[in-house]
Amino acid sequence: MLTLADVHTHYAKSHILHGISLEVQPGEVVGLLGRNGVGKSTTLKSIMGLVRPSQGRITFEGRDITGMASHKVAHLGIAYVPEDRRIFKLLTVMENLRTGLDRGGLTEARRRELLDKVYESFPVLGERKNQLGGTLSGGEQQMLAIARAMMLEPKIILLDEPTEGLMPRMVSQIRDIIARLHGDRVAILLVEQDVGLTLGASSRCYIMEKGLIRHQASSAALKADPSAIHQYMGV
Amino acid sequence: MLEQILVQTVNGLVNGMVLALVASGLTLIFGIMDVVNFAHGDLVMLGGFTGAVTVAHTGNFWLGLLVASVVIGLFGALLQITTLRPLIGRDPLTTIIATFGISLVLQKYALWQFGPTAQNIPQPIAGRFELFYLQYPWYRLGAAVMAGAIIGALYLFLKFGKYGIWIRATTQDRVMAAAMGIPVPLVHTGVFAIGAAMAAASGVLFAPLAAVTQTMGFDFTLRAFIVVVVGGMGNLGGSILAALFISLLEAYASLVVSPSQAVIVSFVALILTLLFRPTGLFVPTPK
Repeated sequence: MLTLADVHTHYAKSHILHGISLEVQPGEVVGLLGRNGVGKSTTLKSIMGLVRPSQGRITFEGRDITGMASHKVAHLGIAYVPEDRRIFKLLTVMENLRTGLDRGGLTEARRRELLDKVYESFPVLGERKNQLGGTLSGGEQQMLAIARAMMLEPKIILLDEPTEGLMPRMVSQIRDIIARLHGDRVAILLVEQDVGLTLGASSRCYIMEKGLIRHQASSAALKADPSAIHQYMGV
Repeated sequence: MLEQILVQTVNGLVNGMVLALVASGLTLIFGIMDVVNFAHGDLVMLGGFTGAVTVAHTGNFWLGLLVASVVIGLFGALLQITTLRPLIGRDPLTTIIATFGISLVLQKYALWQFGPTAQNIPQPIAGRFELFYLQYPWYRLGAAVMAGAIIGALYLFLKFGKYGIWIRATTQDRVMAAAMGIPVPLVHTGVFAIGAAMAAASGVLFAPLAAVTQTMGFDFTLRAFIVVVVGGMGNLGGSILAALFISLLEAYASLVVSPSQAVIVSFVALILTLLFRPTGLFVPTPK
């Protein structure tokens, strides 16, 4: 469904991605592992059209989306939950959700359905729907970031370090959400430092080092033999 | 003396509301695009002329207000697409130079099209009422109320409208707004058009109080700019309060000095703001 072929990305003069190739099938949860600064977030940003690859091709459902404007990428069904969450802090929880809901072709009934579903998955967001996004705790902001992405009814969610800086209780909640999205046949490209969570949630993983994919394997195989993880992540 | 102060309070509030209408467009544009629109006052001027021409042909002031807002709003959209959109994300200096250039072009256009003489729009609301020792024109109050109504409509639109939420989201985080599927380039154009339409409306509302001349724009840009800085760049509520504050200061100052000298207090307020509270007077203290 989503394919990257030999994608190179630069930030100003620094060469971050040195030819990334990967793919995600419909409904599949795929992990993207690696140390800090190897280009995992840049890979997601390149897909989302937030940085323009200098070389290579990104296709989604057979369509070339390399360097496409972000809002058009979002309309195709790719949602993005960034590392720093990027909640609209001065918008209420409800208004944050509306940024994804106020789009063409969505019936009133479907809107209600999507909202009900989110409030069911994240009851705390329902309780705080009239509160400003900036007043939420870190964990609540993370939930709002995921809930906001779900409003787009995406076919795939690019999830960047969802558990970063969260309490263990919240981490298990994130694990449940990923499982639930997977149950709904939403594909996920998951960037995480938490190897245990990633291997548990995904069916396959790519391991990155210095802007390149160094290794790929099924998560079961990596669990059975974590030597690649030790090699590239030093854990 | 007390009566004079009260009359000047009314004057200050009336001028303040018209200025607030100009400044809210300017601050909205700055907030979302980081563009200081130095041609904003010239959009006020063009709005005034468009209104004057329409009123001269139809005799209907309200139609003039509507036509000027729509025409200049569309013109603003065109300006944004052709000159500012290509510069988004570049050094702010480039947009300052670009809008300054637009300002010069618009002034010369107005000189060519409408001539060097001032044009007037008759006051649409006749009649005066007694304000202490003065026969105070009802229209002055009417203009302030109209300006307030337009600002109020903008507020409601930003607060509750679908596109209002798009504008606020884009103002806060352009990148994330795009990732949520909001067509950011279109939102930028729309905001510029709204700002231009509001400037044009101020021009029409202001015309019966003074006159429309092709050089009036600079004064409006300058005053609106002072207001936007004093109110906190990009902060709508702050700009409105600052417009009232600055206009009241000038009104009170003109009790003591001549009105043309009273402008000095605005600059003093600007300098003091920049020295002691550069984020703006009417915004919460940044944490």
